[in-house]
Amino acid sequence: MLLIRCPYCEEERPELEFRNAGEAHIARSPNIASESDDDFEKFFFIRSNPKGIIYERWRHMHGCARFFNAVRDTVSDRFLMTYKAGEPKPVKLPGAAK
Amino acid sequence: MSATFRIAGAGRLKQAKIAGFSFDGRPYTGIEGDTLASALLANGVHLVGRSFKYHRPRGFLSAGAEEPNALVEIKRDAARKTPNVRATVQELYDGLTAQSQNRWPSLAFDVGAVSSIASPMLSAGFYYKTFMWPKAAWKNLYEPKIRAAAGLGVAPDQPDPDHYSARFAHCEVLVLGGGAAGIAAALAAAETGARVILADEQAEFGGSLRFESGAKIEGQDGFSWAQSALAKLSAMDNVRVLPRTTAFGYYAQNFVGLVERVSDHLQNPGRDLPRERLWQVRAKRVVLATGAIERHMVFADNDRPGIMLASAARTYLNHYGVAVGRNIGVYTANDSAYAAAIDLKKAGINVAAIVDLRDNPTGPAIDEARALGIQVNFGRAVIRAGGKLRVSSMTVQPKNGGGERSIPVDAILMSAGWTPSVHLFSQSRGKVAFNDETKRFVPGIYAQDCVSVGACNGTDGLSATIDEAYAAGAKAAKDAGSRPAKGTKPKVDAGESWSRGMLGAAPGAGADTTVKAFVDFQNDVTAKDIRQAVHEGMRSIEHVKRFTTNGMATDQGKTSNMHGLAIAAETLGKPIPQVGLTTFRAPYTPVTFGSIVGHARGPLFDPTRKTAIHPWAERQGAVFEDVGQWKRAWYFPKPGEDIHAAVDRECVTVRKTAGLFDASTLGKIEVVGPDAAKFMELLYTNPWEKLEPGRCRYGIMLREDGFIYDDGVVGRLAPDRFHVTTTTGGAPRVMNHMEDYLQTEFPHLNVWLTSITEQWAVIAVQGPKSRDIIAPLVEGIDMSDEALPHMSVREGRICGVPTRLFRMSFSGERGFEVNVPADYGEAVWEALWAEGQKHGACAYGTESMHVLRAEKGYIIVGQDTDGTVTPNDAGLDWAVGKKKTDFVGIRGMARPDLVAKGRKQLVGLKTRDPKVVLEEGAQIVADPKQAIPMKMIGHVTSSYWSQNCGRSIALGLVAGGRDRTGETLYVPMPNGVIEVEVTGMVFFDEKGERLNG
Repeated sequence: MLLIRCPYCEEERPELEFRNAGEAHIARSPNIASESDDDFEKFFFIRSNPKGIIYERWRHMHGCARFFNAVRDTVSDRFLMTYKAGEPKPVKLPGAAK
Repeated sequence: MSATFRIAGAGRLKQAKIAGFSFDGRPYTGIEGDTLASALLANGVHLVGRSFKYHRPRGFLSAGAEEPNALVEIKRDAARKTPNVRATVQELYDGLTAQSQNRWPSLAFDVGAVSSIASPMLSAGFYYKTFMWPKAAWKNLYEPKIRAAAGLGVAPDQPDPDHYSARFAHCEVLVLGGGAAGIAAALAAAETGARVILADEQAEFGGSLRFESGAKIEGQDGFSWAQSALAKLSAMDNVRVLPRTTAFGYYAQNFVGLVERVSDHLQNPGRDLPRERLWQVRAKRVVLATGAIERHMVFADNDRPGIMLASAARTYLNHYGVAVGRNIGVYTANDSAYAAAIDLKKAGINVAAIVDLRDNPTGPAIDEARALGIQVNFGRAVIRAGGKLRVSSMTVQPKNGGGERSIPVDAILMSAGWTPSVHLFSQSRGKVAFNDETKRFVPGIYAQDCVSVGACNGTDGLSATIDEAYAAGAKAAKDAGSRPAKGTKPKVDAGESWSRGMLGAAPGAGADTTVKAFVDFQNDVTAKDIRQAVHEGMRSIEHVKRFTTNGMATDQGKTSNMHGLAIAAETLGKPIPQVGLTTFRAPYTPVTFGSIVGHARGPLFDPTRKTAIHPWAERQGAVFEDVGQWKRAWYFPKPGEDIHAAVDRECVTVRKTAGLFDASTLGKIEVVGPDAAKFMELLYTNPWEKLEPGRCRYGIMLREDGFIYDDGVVGRLAPDRFHVTTTTGGAPRVMNHMEDYLQTEFPHLNVWLTSITEQWAVIAVQGPKSRDIIAPLVEGIDMSDEALPHMSVREGRICGVPTRLFRMSFSGERGFEVNVPADYGEAVWEALWAEGQKHGACAYGTESMHVLRAEKGYIIVGQDTDGTVTPNDAGLDWAVGKKKTDFVGIRGMARPDLVAKGRKQLVGLKTRDPKVVLEEGAQIVADPKQAIPMKMIGHVTSSYWSQNCGRSIALGLVAGGRDRTGETLYVPMPNGVIEVEVTGMVFFDEKGERLNG
């Protein structure tokens, strides 16, 4: 079971309290109704599924109930960092070399 | 019967308390503190089981958790039968009842042993090769026979009456293993004030100090030191000491699963005690002090009862005071077996000979053995053991060939060396490294915040072990954030050191096909099997393992893996590291289902949700159905009524007078805030901005892909307040969906979402008399059609309590939904029921609710839709705001395939024969005479007998359905084809006049 730091509660809590919510930093267009089929396909269907670093959304379902973002290494299953929803994609990742 | 092998003055058990027990129906006595194994050995019993495949007689190999042979059934009562208990671990209690397994009719005479005679047929890969054909025989003949013959114990056939508890724990330092290393590490960590948990699988701490007579620490013998150190640790507030506790699994981020055997060792475990307790421990640092396990020698018939590990014999003598024989032979490839011989000799047991495979070993152990007059033979091998139910001799030969000599013995102690227990380290995803000099795998690259110390780290010698462990314990505490403390490292006065040895088959393992030199005792895998696997083309150790099943038994190859690997490597002509080690997986030792399940069984397996009105429905004799976690009243049968009669009566009564329905399970969410209407506009297809407070609207929620996700009536209580209802099953996911958009896509909106499902009980009163029933109880709400038209909501009071009174209908009749605080739900229901009685109203359940709504063509999301249905498909285009520029699903809905012609559309279906009720899920075809497989153009989603319509009614999804209105389609069923006519979706009161009726 993973230990995940909720950036709102500011503490590490067991995975049981959280729910994964898919890839992060995929913004819904404010003009979604006029989006082309290709753009809508990219927005709605296409996901990166990387081996390595993934940016993903989690929800502290059984805690503060907030959605937040996390950086996880899909190989080691290690969480490198978590940050609040709406914050920019981090450039520098702590502990990535570990 | 006296315990004739108990040696006076030997061992640590106090003779004070005698425990009577039985094995295979025979009574024996032991001493409190014995294991079942030591007590049986004290009585001279070695034969305790039959092997898995060949049914060979087996005795005790070990004195610990690695035991592959001595698996017995422990029976407390009819329901408490535990199979496959390792007799070497089971503590004795007065009255213990044990039985041997895998034998018939008796342990000494086992018919199944015939498979031993036929064993040339049962070699490696036998199952794969033999039972391939004919295919049909697999199901009818091979599988049932193999299943009956396979397995060791018999699973209990009654529900487990015991209970199991579970605890979560956090600590700075978790120390796994309570031998010298673990205790030293725990002491160092505990001195810093860090929270420490120290766990050991044995009842008493000390590990190998139980048998190492040469260990002296702090002026005491090693085991006594361990006990005083443990007493010190136990007295510290920051330390938790867990005996009888096995760390079985090491998971991500230092999450370790431990199982504590709380009462299996007690004669009369109180009902207040759990049988086992699962500990889920999160540790900042883990210290692995799991020790090492001795390996056996691989030679012909090395499985005869009486042949065991040297350290086991030493444990039985030095800890339990039991001699494992009177005339003992020793076969070794390292020094540690000498210590066993020396201890036994000193206790007055005859040691017939030590046979040492090494050519000219030297050292104090060898000198001491010689000085005691023990015959020591170098460069020789035991090539065969004599005897069947008990070893009777060992045949010795120079290892390079030559004259054989048979030495009579009643026990053989073996030691091929020690295997570091890297199981937990490997489970932590650490990578092991092979040390070519010492021929062992030791921890290499760490993947988690843990450290290995002592024998499991390949550290030899007590002094070096304590140094390493103490330093590691202190560092672990420091790394976990504790302040360094000035403690005192335990001083080692004398210790033992054992290392080296050999891997693989000894000369006596022979290439001869009739020789059985066991590598894996539990799965009956011999050296020959492993060689054969390589000869038959297995190259990877993973394939060798699966082909031979070496190391795949419940002992997980604790004694066999390294030998198997070495034999495979030798046959392949490759060095061991190139062949590689198989992966260690949890659990380290078998874990009961009970401990994993814990309290989560029976009614506690999944929460049951009941409405406030549930007790009333129960009293009325309602039949309930499960809807998600909810119990819902399904129908209310009167005496003599079946479901059909009850539902027919309920449906007719609702349309004739009125009916009361408990709708409390409906999901309810309050959407509040200055931007509430804007939020609703984005989350639902409908327009909301212009909905007046006090009015309601049927809303449809889509996912971004344009498919229907949920629906429900929404009431606007105030400009900034919406009372949203959802489907019963959809409430949690709708709430999640709303929160997701509010928090991440529309965070600029000033809105709060609150689940109010549990807060409001909902009583639907439907039918022409509904207003007459409600009105007398309502205060402050004008109930006239002008003031409270269909699809409106008012706040007021009913029976003196607050209500949100909705005028709405899911039956097509004049209808109301009375929301009251859940605490008053039952009382208000009772009051409405009393009023209803005056008018002849009935209570109706979910089945009638379904029929009534289907008569009106109202859909149920999740029944008439399946996640691929658009509002247009469902005939709900009218509910999509045409002028809206944005809502969730607006783009998805416009995708080419979602607006294409020929999509499946929801339509009504009338069977040609009105008495025939279609089956829900039945497929629909256009031409019933076409060849199979037929082209299916749709399926039935809802189907009922409608007493109000006097015929069957159904809804279905049909390709191009609305354009087929009037067409005849066909539903092929096993008993013939059913003709149906495509119709509109409304079967009753098409004009909707009854809403105001």
